[in-house]
Amino acid sequence: MTANNGDHGDGTTRRKVLECMTWAGTGLLWTVAGGVPRSLGLVDGALAAGAPGLTFLQISDSHMGFDKPANPNVKSTLEEAIGRIKAIPQRPSFMIHTGDITHLSKPAEFDDADKIISQARLDVHYVPGEHDILDEEAKLYKERYGRGSNGDGWYSFDAGGVHFVGLVNVKNLKAGGMGNLGADQLAWLAADLKDKTASTPVVVFAHIPLWVVYEQWGWGTDDGAQALGLLKRFGSVTVLNGHIHQVMQKVEGNVAFHTARSTAFPQPAPGAAPSPGPMKVPDDKLRSMLGVASVTFKRGDQRLAIIDTPLQG
Amino acid sequence: MVRTVLAGFVAGAVLACAVAPSMARNDAVSVTIDNFVFGPDRLVIKAGTTVNWSNRDDIPHTVASKDRLFKSKVLDTDESYSFTFTTPGEYTYFCSLHPHMTGTIVVEAATGRAASQ
Repeated sequence: MTANNGDHGDGTTRRKVLECMTWAGTGLLWTVAGGVPRSLGLVDGALAAGAPGLTFLQISDSHMGFDKPANPNVKSTLEEAIGRIKAIPQRPSFMIHTGDITHLSKPAEFDDADKIISQARLDVHYVPGEHDILDEEAKLYKERYGRGSNGDGWYSFDAGGVHFVGLVNVKNLKAGGMGNLGADQLAWLAADLKDKTASTPVVVFAHIPLWVVYEQWGWGTDDGAQALGLLKRFGSVTVLNGHIHQVMQKVEGNVAFHTARSTAFPQPAPGAAPSPGPMKVPDDKLRSMLGVASVTFKRGDQRLAIIDTPLQG
Repeated sequence: MVRTVLAGFVAGAVLACAVAPSMARNDAVSVTIDNFVFGPDRLVIKAGTTVNWSNRDDIPHTVASKDRLFKSKVLDTDESYSFTFTTPGEYTYFCSLHPHMTGTIVVEAATGRAASQ
């Protein structure tokens, strides 16, 4: 606030102060809801975060229990992410977590996640990642997050005029394949969408990308195209995923695809390394590669504004 | 003969508790998991041979046969799993968490031991 120095109460300085406050305000908004490349054209979206409409958050891939060099302290980076969320001036309606809450599905790991995430004081809608269902029959995940869900944990709900669908594509994976939804879930999805009008905005979220990001690394869902087929008639569809620990976006017709950063560790870009997996980056770079996403829906807008915020930078 | 039978029992025990330190045995062969790849991804062995898989990645993996004959519990970094193949045939397996990871074990009849199978 150097503009305040030498302030004698005259109008010019007052204007400077106001400019400074505006800047600080914008900066704050930018910090909590921005940090996006301008080229993506999401700056307006960042500003819209304060406008009326439905805003919710996406966090993903917390990997509680991971302790390898790529990030030996995943609890503190999740805490930082939740700290950012708590600081958002316009309270989001709720949060979704797109899976890999834990690293090894251990009760203590689920406990740690709950303890930290609950500090945001927001309702959280979860879908499991493959790391969350390592125990027999996914008992631990289902006990905690599966109440009221169908099959292996899929469900839908409505909020702010938007229809939300949480899918499970990490069960019964087939040798040589990728993510898998299965016939039961697809039949449920068809029935779930049946009575929705085509003008209803739909948000679908699942752990592994529903579209094929990179087949060689299994970054896609074998029967994802069937799910997308059921969504074809809708005017606005947004697909939110995790799993790949980096932001990727694609728009195809009425469908916008988006993957979120992890709060735990980054992974290489497709094909940029011999394999997927935790990527060790210099310590001062780590937080620029972790983060959360904020999604805003304004009535009348075809697209939901998605803003990715790194923990730092 | 006794050793073959014993190996079968050990494999059973390993199946039950999944993660166990690898046993030093003359007829054991190793498969390592590095960078989301089973290496070697194709292995030809004699019946009665124990295969030991060890995970060297920073990410957990599993070893699961396609026909559900065997499946390890989750192997975290540096954990391993063993299975003894007693019946000749071709066995395809994969990581149930990252199914694009696949491997094959080809089991040939062990001449001289075949009678005990």
